[in-house]
Amino acid sequence: MLKRVHFGPSLLPFLLVAPQIAVTLVFFMWPAGQALYQSFLIEDAFGFSSEFVWFENFAYLFNDKYYLASFYRTAIFSLSVAGMAMGIALVMAAMVDRIAKGVMAYQTLLIWPYAVAPVVAGALWVFMFDPTLGIFAYALNTVGYDWNHKLNGDEAMLLVVLAATWKQIAYNFLFFVAAIQSIPKSLIEAAAIDGAGPMRRFWTIIFPLITPTTFFLLVVNIVYAFFDTFGIIHAITQGGPAKATEILVYKVYNDGFIGLDLGGSAAQSVILMGIVIVITVIQFRFIERKVEY
Amino acid sequence: MIENRPLVTALAYLVLSLGVAVVAFPIWITFVASTHEAARMTQVPLPLWPGDQFFTNLKTVLFNGVGGSNATPVWLMMANSLIMAMMIAVGKITISLMSAFAIVYFRFPFRMGFFWMIFITLMLPVEVRILPTFEVVANLGMLNSYWGMSVPLIASATATFMFRQVFLTIPDEMLEAARVDGAGPLRFFWDILIPLSRTNIAALFVILFIYGWNQYLWPLLITTDSGYFTVVMGIKQMLDSAEQAPDWHLIMMTALLAMLPPIIVVLSMQKMFVKGLTETEK
Repeated sequence: MLKRVHFGPSLLPFLLVAPQIAVTLVFFMWPAGQALYQSFLIEDAFGFSSEFVWFENFAYLFNDKYYLASFYRTAIFSLSVAGMAMGIALVMAAMVDRIAKGVMAYQTLLIWPYAVAPVVAGALWVFMFDPTLGIFAYALNTVGYDWNHKLNGDEAMLLVVLAATWKQIAYNFLFFVAAIQSIPKSLIEAAAIDGAGPMRRFWTIIFPLITPTTFFLLVVNIVYAFFDTFGIIHAITQGGPAKATEILVYKVYNDGFIGLDLGGSAAQSVILMGIVIVITVIQFRFIERKVEY
Repeated sequence: MIENRPLVTALAYLVLSLGVAVVAFPIWITFVASTHEAARMTQVPLPLWPGDQFFTNLKTVLFNGVGGSNATPVWLMMANSLIMAMMIAVGKITISLMSAFAIVYFRFPFRMGFFWMIFITLMLPVEVRILPTFEVVANLGMLNSYWGMSVPLIASATATFMFRQVFLTIPDEMLEAARVDGAGPLRFFWDILIPLSRTNIAALFVILFIYGWNQYLWPLLITTDSGYFTVVMGIKQMLDSAEQAPDWHLIMMTALLAMLPPIIVVLSMQKMFVKGLTETEK
């Protein structure tokens, strides 16, 4: 990765990397180290004294039924979001590939939710499903269903999944379109000459050939659902009702900033960092490798 | 087109139009809500067609804010968002260009060490280290400042990787030629590398501007002075402060304003945006 032709040693390269390294050290390494250190401490509520307790915080977490429930909830949440957002995007991308006219127009109309901030997306959906005023709540009411995500945990979960999915479709769509368009037309034509219909061609040629993209998107979507949906949940449910939508990232915030349980929050941060590291490693191990046919 | 199947094609158009309608519906509802007066927004069913209060609401929101007389006017929040987004985007691009240049074009001690250190930032999203990072910023006295809102977010492994990738594709002859002509490292960087990576810089800018504009948790934590509130945070506060009877027409107007700049950037630079997205992330 070093150029064959390059500059010799001098002070300059150090000066060039200095800003990036300084920011990394001060705002990434140091806090991450602190989180690690604090995760071994139990601090009293006023922050006057703290005690080194080794893995007690972790042991406590893994015996805490709320924490385990939050794990489970996060899994449900991220798999639903990834599944729905990718499924819808794939259908759209396959359809865009079919049409001859207006590809750009449809693309333009589909991609902009990507630009909407998560918390703004949350505000939009909470408005549409507001139990007393919301347009969808009203529609559901007229057909006899009493929607209230402020009381019903499952409805709250459904609402945050919908909002998170809505925001992520655009991203998946762009990647699927790029992947489908990069498949050589000759393959598709050959299959068509052999008499394979559109559905058959999709499942036996297009879908297997875009596996690397699908896998990449799966990882990205799970990371998105894990970390980037904080704003959506904060705006719509604030983790409620009765913790029904409290995913891991939300719990770190809630226990740390609201509950002021520093050790517990730090231990959760450390576990989350572990998860990110695992995901990143998986991503790099598999993304680089091409799928064999 | 491979074969002529009008029915399948018609189905494709139908599904796409349906998809677009579903995706666009929330935005339409937002727009409609922002054009009605307060009284209309308390009667069910809510309107599906725009009213005539758009400019009145726009004026109220921009200059008075939402939620009483001491509310922050939205124009100020928009300005704060713009400053934060620009600082984050420009900051990330600048420091990533510099470090990618150093890593690709110089042999120096700890080169790979620095590279891995930058790489690790990928694994530490703000969300997982909020408390300790908050403490660092508080100790540095950076709470309630634009620096505090942007600098902790500007380290970027993805941008560094992308520029590294771009620099690696630039032929070695460029540097040799520049050297023959007597250009030093900085001159080479400024007059050759940066112009050559112009399109990548633009593509990355689109992505990073959106990233910066949409930051929520971080500014929420480190700003307590309403003079620094960003519009994205403002929406949440409006939802909270009016728990009893939210001024939906004004909140939706603010939501519309909050999503406008990133949407304009995406749509006006669509090609760049798609390029930036599909190339930086892979």
